[in-house]
Amino acid sequence: MAKLNRARRAATSPNEGEQGATEGAALSRRDLLAGAAGAVGGALLTGIPGVAGSQGAPAAKARPVVPADPTKVQGAPTSAVGKRTPFFDPARNPTGEVTGNSLTPIEKLSGTITPSDLHFERHHAGIPSIDPERHTLMVHGLVDRPTILTMDDIKRFPQVTRIHFIECSGNGRNAFREPKPDMTPQKIAGMSCNTEWTGVPLAVVLREVGVKDDAKWFLAEGGDACKMTRSVPIAKAWDDAMLVWGQNGEPLRPEQGFPLRLLLPGWEGNINIKWLHRLEFGTRPWMTRWETSKYTDPLPDGTAREFSFEVDAKSIITSPAHPDVLKGKGWRPINGIAWSGRGRVTKVEVSTDGGTSWHEAELMNTPTSKAHVRFQYMWNWNGRESILLSRATDETGYVQPTRAKLVEVRGIGTDFHFNPIYGAKVQADGRVFFHGET
Amino acid sequence: MRHIVIGLGALVVAACGGPGGAGEGTTPAAAAPAAVTPAAAMPAAATFADYDAGAIAGGPGAGKRYGFGRQAAKADIAKWDTDVGPDGAELPSGKGSVAEGERLYMTHCMMCHNRKGEGLPPMYPALIGRDEKAEGFHFASDPKLVKTIGNYWPYATTVFDYVKRAMPLTAPGSLTDNQVYALTAYLLSANKVIAADAVLDADALRKVKMPYADKFVPDDRKGGPEVK
Ligand code: HEC
Repeated sequence: MAKLNRARRAATSPNEGEQGATEGAALSRRDLLAGAAGAVGGALLTGIPGVAGSQGAPAAKARPVVPADPTKVQGAPTSAVGKRTPFFDPARNPTGEVTGNSLTPIEKLSGTITPSDLHFERHHAGIPSIDPERHTLMVHGLVDRPTILTMDDIKRFPQVTRIHFIECSGNGRNAFREPKPDMTPQKIAGMSCNTEWTGVPLAVVLREVGVKDDAKWFLAEGGDACKMTRSVPIAKAWDDAMLVWGQNGEPLRPEQGFPLRLLLPGWEGNINIKWLHRLEFGTRPWMTRWETSKYTDPLPDGTAREFSFEVDAKSIITSPAHPDVLKGKGWRPINGIAWSGRGRVTKVEVSTDGGTSWHEAELMNTPTSKAHVRFQYMWNWNGRESILLSRATDETGYVQPTRAKLVEVRGIGTDFHFNPIYGAKVQADGRVFFHGET
Repeated sequence: MRHIVIGLGALVVAACGGPGGAGEGTTPAAAAPAAVTPAAAMPAAATFADYDAGAIAGGPGAGKRYGFGRQAAKADIAKWDTDVGPDGAELPSGKGSVAEGERLYMTHCMMCHNRKGEGLPPMYPALIGRDEKAEGFHFASDPKLVKTIGNYWPYATTVFDYVKRAMPLTAPGSLTDNQVYALTAYLLSANKVIAADAVLDADALRKVKMPYADKFVPDDRKGGPEVK
């Protein structure tokens, strides 16, 4: 009975990764408060006249108490584990249920590396508790030597460290289907995160077990309560696939797959199997529930695309964005992130007039393959209503499309891979709203 | 700061201290599986000899192994390998009828997926339904159309595989193969795919054709200027 009640309660929870999902919990006051912090980095730029602050939200929460003059009192001692400043408390928006998600507050972050504790989550059967000493990876099927590897074994292979994003292919479904002015970047695109991964190239393991020539696909299975499975073409294993155990300098967080995760750079989040415990090699895909019922893309011609792995190029302005309030006209950076699952982002353009004219933005870090890049464009706001847009181009020459174009080629009811140009409408009163109808 | 990060991915492939051998002269970049290769340009039939050609610095050398891990015995494999592919080759023995499946559904599944399998949105997906409006695979034009096993799923084997591994949500892996056959039979029958008096075993399940199986097409996006 307790189980049933829990199940019924859960029926009201949002579920972005699936069809027919609704929006997550309403914005909390805390979200609003912290919302302005993402813009602080821009204000540190030198030589820019009159940078306008974006801290528009009212101070509804008591501010942390600090000495009036910190130079006149001794500071705090060292600590075993550091904490964030009490003036910054970004948060995901968990639904509290096992098959849900929680989105990253991308508008509150700077640079390109997502802090591990804020990396978005999407689970289909909760987060398993796994003892790394008992966890193994079984590799079998069309291989010369079916092998069981412990975590110790896996860590003795030559290691690689790479920076890559993971984006859930359900990212932004609600903003695509029903854009609403009060959507924050967290709601619009909070399921794309970029971190540093450490592990072993899957190719090294394939070589070790002796994958047979007739193996064309492999099945990756997770050790969670749904034993999540996805089929992967073997070419990806020889290309850039990794088995990762490290993220941002420490072991994977439990919600990111501790102790072992499959990383397929540039491919939709779901296929980066967490809690990885089995790889089976075979001649054809397995047509699992997660590559048939879900993670297939209905198209207007009455078909559905299957095995749509690659993430199309995408960008989003994270500042200014709802719920920022600009305090007055003048110079300020338009700042955001861009990525592509097919390689490097080569260009991000920004428009401040709703797409009539476009300007090339500065890429703030050297773009690398299948990783976030941060862009910036210095803008002198004249105090009148303005529509800000960004659009990314990747090294294949793909240009992020408008929402209208995407609706035309995919249909409003398509289920995955949403990468329309997004906008922010800055009103004359300084308030900023999501502008989704591009 | 930004300069430190750049290029690490492409460079830090070589690991030192492998078990002896021919690392000499290998550039780290050559050892990296191509970091920027778009999928379209991925080698279709790479073998591990190709990988050997750009061997890891200090590694065991072409054709040799590190020798880690232990052999996976048949029993180890049998314990985990429950997957069933679209040809049903791996289906276990056992059988179950639609009627048994309906009884099991009412005891183990109904509380979440609802009395008629219509689901409890947004958390609990619909399983059953052949509503006229949702026939014909027009899902792209109307997000309100509800997908079910009958009007969407391309393979019947997927029902067996998934229910066996993941359902019921709160007691995954608790059903016997006979029960999974019966539940699969019930779900397929209620979705008007098989007859109401059907009994499913491995042979029968292998023969089931789903109504919309031919609607699924390979991904044809390739990057480049075309938006698909
Ligand atoms: C406690 C609630 C609960 C119970 C009981 C339950 N399910 Fe589920 N079921 C779910 C949830 C939640 C999902 C979606 C899981 C996800 O998000 O991946 C699901 C998904 C499914 C799916 C896949 C649907 C799709 O569209 O992809 C099938 C098939 C299924 N269940 C069958 C069953 C059967 C058969 C039973 C009884 C043996 C059962 N379920 C019992 C909660 C439940």
